[in-house]
Amino acid sequence: MNTTVARLTARGLFGRRRILILLAVPVMLLVIAVIARNSAIDKLELAHSILGSLALGTLVPITGLITGTGVIATEIEDGSIVYLLSKPLPRWKIVTTKLAVAVGASWLLAALPTYLAGLILYGTADGIAAGYALGTLVAGTAYSALFLLLGVVTRHAVIAGLAYALIWESLIGNYVEGARTLSVQQWGLSLTKAIAADGAVTAPVGLTTAVWLLIVAAVGATALASVKLSGLTLNGEE
Amino acid sequence: MAVITIDKVSRWFGNVVAVNDVTMTIGPGITGLLGPNGAGKSTLIHMMSGFLAPSSGAVTLDGAPIWRNQQVYRQIGLVPEKESMYDYLTGWEFVLANAELHGLADPGAAAERALALVEMEYAQERQTGTYSKGMKQRVKMASALVHDPAVLLLDEPFNGMDPRQRLQLMDLLRRFGADGRTVLFSSHILEEVEQLARHIEVVVAGRHAASGDFREIRRLMTDRPHRYLVHSSDDRQLAAALIADGSTAGVEFDAGEGLRIQAVDFQGFTTLLPKVAREAGIRLYTVSPADESLESVFSYLVSS
Repeated sequence: MNTTVARLTARGLFGRRRILILLAVPVMLLVIAVIARNSAIDKLELAHSILGSLALGTLVPITGLITGTGVIATEIEDGSIVYLLSKPLPRWKIVTTKLAVAVGASWLLAALPTYLAGLILYGTADGIAAGYALGTLVAGTAYSALFLLLGVVTRHAVIAGLAYALIWESLIGNYVEGARTLSVQQWGLSLTKAIAADGAVTAPVGLTTAVWLLIVAAVGATALASVKLSGLTLNGEE
Repeated sequence: MAVITIDKVSRWFGNVVAVNDVTMTIGPGITGLLGPNGAGKSTLIHMMSGFLAPSSGAVTLDGAPIWRNQQVYRQIGLVPEKESMYDYLTGWEFVLANAELHGLADPGAAAERALALVEMEYAQERQTGTYSKGMKQRVKMASALVHDPAVLLLDEPFNGMDPRQRLQLMDLLRRFGADGRTVLFSSHILEEVEQLARHIEVVVAGRHAASGDFREIRRLMTDRPHRYLVHSSDDRQLAAALIADGSTAGVEFDAGEGLRIQAVDFQGFTTLLPKVAREAGIRLYTVSPADESLESVFSYLVSS
């Protein structure tokens, strides 16, 4: 962890008006939770819809996409990354520091609002709020690592990440059984199930598998991003 | 003594060869890397600064490979051509961050010293996004100098600078060169390079076209065959007088435009033309070089 890299990254990520845009989505989740609380629909079903589909299924990947790519892709795109890379700093240190900022942002902007929305909707009953908070927390970590890697390997990280989040995670991962095993959202759901009361949450991927896959995805993406950053080249054009 | 060695280096991007079998050594003092746009100067600087791997050959700093070797940045200061530099930071914050990233013992003092060197203390509290091109260039210089490097690499540092800023930067670079640092800068303007660098490396179309003292390069560029377009009060008589002298290799008469003259001896011809015209009572209306574009000069160097 390098505090200067962290400071520069955090200022770049939250600076100017970007923080307002980043805050808009979690605020919307909380507003929806407050409105839904007074509806006549079954509260548990409502909690699954809002915390599972909306928060874990949409808010977390979108936030992960913005923070994961935002901590590095912009600097690579505009060339300012050269000021970090022309220093005797191990590349893994740059990557892990940037990842820490992205993960922290993801927790703040996705996991915490999910927990609060859970409390608003269902209180502390059945461990639903805590379960989904943990699910979004670990999913946010994995998404951040994966999208940071995308930010290093492609100049079209946001489009690639969006395609992944919408097509794989939201569509295929939800409806195609085999693909669920390789869905970050489903891994998060497995951890939610582990925390929640028995029978309150169903998850298609086993806990052990989910934990291992989460570790492999996060660590693998971080290691690969470090290797790719070490070999980052500047454009050869003049 | 820091020496960058480029040994039989080529770099290609797909089918395009950007740098073709270049060998050169950059030692202490100021070296100008001269060449037209697209010649491969930036590609060479990217390889010298560890931001591009050579496709073949080796680029080393004092014998140590530069590519994928982060330790070389203790000795190298890089001033990139691109302007992006964390626009939300003030000049002070930017240079300080660079000092911290180098892990210096007293980053504040180092940042202060570097900003003083480039005379940017007066604007150090302003965000770099509000700086003019010249100010950005100087703060970029400060960030590259903050760790007191032995090698300074600058990619087209004078681009977009006004004459005053240009002179300031030249003074600064002269001081670094005099200190015994290895300073390399790229430019596509010969006059700019020869004002600053005694030693010049010329690259054209990815090839190493010439190398040496700036006077030698200037002589090579001057002593090539020159072509002129001349229009006078009596083109035929002038043509006859000129072709009689050895400094003129050929004269083509064009009724519409005048004379197209090929001179082989630049000095001889420039002395001969006014003399011949005066003696014959011919008035010269136009004397213009027909092939003075930088590309034509470089092309000559490559083919010679």
